[in-house]
Amino acid sequence: MSEAATIPNTAPEPWVLPSRGIVGMACLIVAEAAIFIIFIVAYLYYLGKSLTGPTPHDVLELPIFSSICLLSSSATVHFAVAALHRGKRAATSLWLGATVLLGGIFLAATAQEWYKLIYRDGLTIQTNLFGTTFYSLVGLHATHVVVGLIMLTLALIFSLNGSMTSKHTGRLEVLSLYWHFVDAVWIVVFTVVYVLGR
Amino acid sequence: MAANPLVTDGFDQPAPRRLWLQVLHDWVTTVDHKKIGLMYIGYALIFLVVAGAQALLMRIQLAVPNNHFVSPQVFNQLFTMHGTTMVFFVGMPVLFGFGNYLIPLMIGARDMAFPRLNAFSFWVAAFGGFLLYFSYLGANGLYGAGSAPDVGWWAYAPLTARAFSPGHSTDYWTLAILLSGVGSIGTALNIVATVLCMRCPGMKLNRMPLLVWLYLVMSCLVFVTISPLTAAQIMLMLDRYLGSHFFDTQAGGSAVLWMHFFWIFGHPEVYVLILPSFAFANEIIPVFSRKAIFGYPAMVAASVGIGFISLSVWAHHMFTVGMSSGANTFFTLATMAISVPTGIKIFNWLATIWGGKIHFTASMMFTIGFLFQFLIAGLTGIMLSVAPFDWQLGGSYFVVAHFHYVLVGAILFILFGAFYYWYPKMTGRMLSEKLGKWHFWIFLIGFHLTFDLMHIPGILGMPRRIYTYEADRGWMIWNILISSGAVLQTIGTLLFVYNMVWSYFKGPIAGPDPWDAWTLEWSTSSPPPVYNFAVIPTVESRRPLWDLKHPEDPDSHYE
Repeated sequence: MSEAATIPNTAPEPWVLPSRGIVGMACLIVAEAAIFIIFIVAYLYYLGKSLTGPTPHDVLELPIFSSICLLSSSATVHFAVAALHRGKRAATSLWLGATVLLGGIFLAATAQEWYKLIYRDGLTIQTNLFGTTFYSLVGLHATHVVVGLIMLTLALIFSLNGSMTSKHTGRLEVLSLYWHFVDAVWIVVFTVVYVLGR
Repeated sequence: MAANPLVTDGFDQPAPRRLWLQVLHDWVTTVDHKKIGLMYIGYALIFLVVAGAQALLMRIQLAVPNNHFVSPQVFNQLFTMHGTTMVFFVGMPVLFGFGNYLIPLMIGARDMAFPRLNAFSFWVAAFGGFLLYFSYLGANGLYGAGSAPDVGWWAYAPLTARAFSPGHSTDYWTLAILLSGVGSIGTALNIVATVLCMRCPGMKLNRMPLLVWLYLVMSCLVFVTISPLTAAQIMLMLDRYLGSHFFDTQAGGSAVLWMHFFWIFGHPEVYVLILPSFAFANEIIPVFSRKAIFGYPAMVAASVGIGFISLSVWAHHMFTVGMSSGANTFFTLATMAISVPTGIKIFNWLATIWGGKIHFTASMMFTIGFLFQFLIAGLTGIMLSVAPFDWQLGGSYFVVAHFHYVLVGAILFILFGAFYYWYPKMTGRMLSEKLGKWHFWIFLIGFHLTFDLMHIPGILGMPRRIYTYEADRGWMIWNILISSGAVLQTIGTLLFVYNMVWSYFKGPIAGPDPWDAWTLEWSTSSPPPVYNFAVIPTVESRRPLWDLKHPEDPDSHYE
């Protein structure tokens, strides 16, 4: 119908465009980053403005072990993508399993921390501005971890039952981008909440 | 031109008549960018009529002093619903609708990058609009307090706190905006991915139609604009449902922080709305001046520049709150700086028209109205950017007049222009030019009567959002004239609606290229087939159809 706009004597040159999955995920990351920035700004703005205790200095402990787990899961998911790219299914499943495990450890550690804060230190989201901003910021990040873990678990299941093959590398790569973003956000949250804010 | 033998139209075989249930099923389940675009536009037009009716009710109430046409409570709901609807459920969807429809056609693609995400974004945004209006029935809740939201479209804290907004009216407002925001981010993501990843061979970035460029900038702006609003709405929900203290001043929270968060969204949002309007002007002005656009690279650079600068001007909405002098100075200067790239655009449009063979179609007339009124709106904007001037007039009808000059005088005018320009492509039939010119003149007179004069009661000290006023203030004559202008605008809009319906059935057949235009959407039939292009086109310049029609003198020789 519309060879219309085709000009006859066009030399065929290679026409390569970026992957839409990667571009789409990059856009989502920018939008999510903007949401996190607003929560971080609120955290910093209200730092030390709580009218009552407890304060961050009183109750927060550095979550070093769980942070190491989360950050190293960035490496394992990268290895999973690389293994899938080379068509090694067993290795893919192994690395994906390791990623899910490490992310799970991080979540469990957060749950333990919150349990301690709520039942021992009496800090809830209603207690003071610190509770308000702390639970919402860390909770927002934890929500993203949960979403990532669900997706990674699905990928693990697909890898185990053999329906994910090396032609799906691009998709797993998009998922890994999201996971790297979740880890990068944790570095910022860790710095703001546990290092600067304490 | 319909006569162009190279451009075929698609009226090969008439489709058999289908049951309305089949048609409905077709529209509800569609992932076709053209149908989704049309649904966006139709949904926005319905809300335009609703929010326009609300404006009319407010103008009736304000026409004479000491009026009791509506109660103060209803008046508060009217201006809240009018503002919220116009921004989130008219402005955004109609612009996304045009973008959805036009972008794949203009870059020679068969659909958006993520068709199902596209449908999801539309339906979630549509549900948001439904939720907002459902508040009239549902907001009563168990408390029996509250109906439609009445906290103003920017919902300043602490008005939104549980204590001051019992019932669920504010919750409906928050959720509606949250959902609309999710839809906007989804569509913006889709537009960026489509523009970057779906272009036809030869459609390099520097050959894209300017409309596509502007939608790209607008979509990038949506990520950093709508997201902060989404974050702020999450905080508000936490405050209202879980008892957190983000905006609770009694627990040390800050009401001013909400203002910052809201306007970090609110001002770039103006540019999210105006950039697509520029996009339409960029397509309409060259075609009806019969010249290529003047200064393509400068136009692109100015658009990107506006995108960046618009992120640093938000607090000029807050001069009257009382900020430090450093902040006042910064935001005054940043606001003034944004008029530089905007000025570049106006000069480039003028240079495009200059020496052209101007065709005064209804579309072009609305576009020239846009140019003129956008300039005036920009000038009052520069006045208000000066902090001391703003201290005097902020929160008065002068501000209302200023931003309606942008939203109606610029955005709505160019939208009407875009309708007259692309309606033939979307339906296959021309809109009536004669009715279009009546529409233009009636609406123009009504617009100037309302919004030129609205500056004056502002200067005389009439504050915004009051539901009535005393007779001895000297505002009455102005308010009567303003309200009569609103009636004229209503008549003009009804003419437009009539024109759209009449032309759909009776308008002259348009053919694929009624305006002798140059971008790819005019190379396929009107309306385009589901697959847009039977053969994906290849382009060699910014005006592929010009190359096609003038093989002896193609643009590619000059770019």
